[in-house]
Amino acid sequence: MQNVAANELTVRIGGAAGDGISATGEMFARTCSRSGLQVFGLNNYQSAIRGGHVWFQVRAGLDKITSQGDATDILIVFNTESAEIHAPFVRKGGAIIFDREKVKMPENLVPVGVRQLAIPLGELARKFDKNPIMQNTVALGATLYLLGLNFDIFSGVLSDTFGKKKQSVIEVNVKAAMAGYEHAKENYPKLDTIIPLPAQPPKRLIMTGNQALALGAVMAGCKFYAAYPMTPASGILHWLAAHAASQKIVVKQAEDELAVINMGIGAAHAGVRSMVGTSGGGFSLMVEALGMSGMTETPIVIVESQRAGPSTGLPTKTEQGDLNMVSGASQGDFPRIVLAPLTVEDCYYSMIEAFNLAERFQCPVIVMSDLLLAEHIETVGDLNTSVVIDRGDLITTAPSEPYKRFKVTETGISPRAIPGTAGTMYVTASDEHAENGVVVSDVLSGLPKYVKERERQMDKRMRKVEVARNEIAAPKLYGKPDSKLTLVCWGSTFGVALEAAELLNTEGISTSVYAIRNVMPFKGEQVATALKKSKKLLLVEANYTGQMARMIRAETGIELKDKFLKYDGEPIYAYEIVKRAKEIVDQK
Amino acid sequence: MELSKYKSETRPDWCPGCGDFGVLNSLTQAVANLDIDPKDLLIVSGIGCSSNLPGFINAYGFHSLHGRALPVATGAKLANPELNVVVTGGDGDGYGIGLGHFIHAMRRNLDITYVVMDNQIYGLTTGQASPTSVKSFPTKSTPTGTIEEPVNPIALALVSGATYIARGFSGDPKHLTELIQNGISHKGFALIDVFSPCVTWNKLNTYDFFRKHVAKFNGSDYDVKSFEQAMIKARQTEPNIPIGLFYQVSKPTYEEQDVALKSGNPVKAKLGVTDPNQLFQEFY
Repeated sequence: MQNVAANELTVRIGGAAGDGISATGEMFARTCSRSGLQVFGLNNYQSAIRGGHVWFQVRAGLDKITSQGDATDILIVFNTESAEIHAPFVRKGGAIIFDREKVKMPENLVPVGVRQLAIPLGELARKFDKNPIMQNTVALGATLYLLGLNFDIFSGVLSDTFGKKKQSVIEVNVKAAMAGYEHAKENYPKLDTIIPLPAQPPKRLIMTGNQALALGAVMAGCKFYAAYPMTPASGILHWLAAHAASQKIVVKQAEDELAVINMGIGAAHAGVRSMVGTSGGGFSLMVEALGMSGMTETPIVIVESQRAGPSTGLPTKTEQGDLNMVSGASQGDFPRIVLAPLTVEDCYYSMIEAFNLAERFQCPVIVMSDLLLAEHIETVGDLNTSVVIDRGDLITTAPSEPYKRFKVTETGISPRAIPGTAGTMYVTASDEHAENGVVVSDVLSGLPKYVKERERQMDKRMRKVEVARNEIAAPKLYGKPDSKLTLVCWGSTFGVALEAAELLNTEGISTSVYAIRNVMPFKGEQVATALKKSKKLLLVEANYTGQMARMIRAETGIELKDKFLKYDGEPIYAYEIVKRAKEIVDQK
Repeated sequence: MELSKYKSETRPDWCPGCGDFGVLNSLTQAVANLDIDPKDLLIVSGIGCSSNLPGFINAYGFHSLHGRALPVATGAKLANPELNVVVTGGDGDGYGIGLGHFIHAMRRNLDITYVVMDNQIYGLTTGQASPTSVKSFPTKSTPTGTIEEPVNPIALALVSGATYIARGFSGDPKHLTELIQNGISHKGFALIDVFSPCVTWNKLNTYDFFRKHVAKFNGSDYDVKSFEQAMIKARQTEPNIPIGLFYQVSKPTYEEQDVALKSGNPVKAKLGVTDPNQLFQEFY
């Protein structure tokens, strides 16, 4: 049978933790990227170091891929459990690669039209090395053949991946991959559907959300990063720690998140661009100091990478359940800026913007990521490397009049001097203070002059909210403005919403996507106008109560009655949104 | 440098006779003796009566959260190692709510000086038991007496890796000035625990009590480099409570070992990346 051209391909690899699934998946993702395909790869794992079930899915195509996808062309399984879980998801015409030594194929679960390729992965691998992980390489070799991918590109990825190890390791892996490739070539035809690969593959970046966040921070001039290990934010810590020496960034693993954010604030106070990262549990510990950043007007960037809560929740599963907490955390009112990057690429730009906003408005900026965004690997377009660094009203010489750190100004932004500057000594305090920094909380509190001073300082700080609101961009509508349906989303849910809209458009239901990236200060006026123009709205978010819907209602009075909410820890699939969309469109 | 350089326009709001006055005077004298320019001095504190201290001295100050002075100071020191960073606070702040940070800051051996005004009571919250309240001490929160053993900050500092460990008494300002001054000069983490009587809420550990019980011990028969001798001294309560320098050793500081700090002072670094292409290479 003639091979048919396809737009995209998907490969899923399943096994136990410790089987090297994630490293294998990443190598394959990179191979696809270097072959000129756009990639979306997702590692699904459990909170276990060995055992458990792990699977990695790489979806690659000629066009931009914005979600993980739900079915696969090739499934590689290293144990029977993986075969049982994933066999039903193989597309007709697809294939399952397995080794009879390890896997008993559950015949009844294999869809009709799916080929079972029993390849002696272990036996082939042992010819080269006794390390069992070598069988992954053999399986990838076979996959390359079946999908019509270029072997040399893969061996290039292998040598870059193992570049730091011995040349012999690379050679052995290349040989093992070739053995798999040859075995498949001798025994099986290629898949019926083959992607026409570009002859001159464009050079594309491929990275995780965490890496994009870290890279953006470095480009923005971040000089201090503190964190306590916590999934899914640890990737930022690992990347920055590995680059601490070359990029001259102090990277500090602290004793807890209380220390983390207080160190971050101390570093920022001393004058560097400073950032901390955590997930919801760690952010909970940071809450008191978040308010101190607001009160002392110390610029700090906080990455809050959400995972499924409440409490310890599902440490390795995704959710967008921390919006209520982040938007209201810490006592009293103070300015905060919250950004929720929409894509991996946007993670990079969000960080650059976050540092500028933090220093410009001298307040905490929280960048909300989530496990799906943080940990999936994706090809991104060319990233702009000419970064504008705006340090805001930072003064390096003393003014002619006595310096007032918290000077009342029209914008609420006061000139900031850092320790070491001559003639601008001041004390900053988490207590309420006068313009010159002197605390008015103790012996001065309640005296009429200082009652007034308190009010002036509150007004001054809160004025920054309105200035910031005017400066940040309003959410955007993606798609035709007169669409029958608009999917409303925020943060990383944007990707799957885009794909769902595309599917709906193909099926004749015109659909657009309204994505909220700049969450606070909320662009209430613009959001209200945009939502009122839409014909039918469907809110899509990954939490139980519809936390963004609540924020929209609070800020605009608009109630989004129709919702698609997911809170099982798994990423949202495009078909799930499509199903819900059809239900509400049919209601008329 | 003249003492007047450090004079703040804000008068301390401590009760008349508070031990913290003595600490403020000794600290001011110490930085003046060391000729530290106020612009290069950052005093970080937490919350409590003694944590108001940064407001009463003309220098840079950060009056932070209860128990969090050490992390704030750590961040500031790592961002600008050229700053002289002194942390001030009380026993509740440092040995209670901030105890975790206290241990970790010491094992890092950051080049910062920590002066704890230890009055063995919570003063600002009107007289509850503190981590250093002696056992059986009746307070508002322990009307029948505390039933916990007090924290021993000197012994804790010893096992936690502090490289300069001293105890002073605010009723002996000359001795205290010397301890603080040497602590600031010391390269590494210096703890100076100070008996600083609360004249309002602690009627047990008073000036008279300390005058009667404390004794200086540093003499030719005492080796400040000996961990074992220091541990014995740290646990001594009879026939007197020792004050002085318990322990001092020279070890590399955290700042000297950090990979990023080896290439310069972060606060003076040029921002941004000089060669983005090289940095991006790993992502293809």
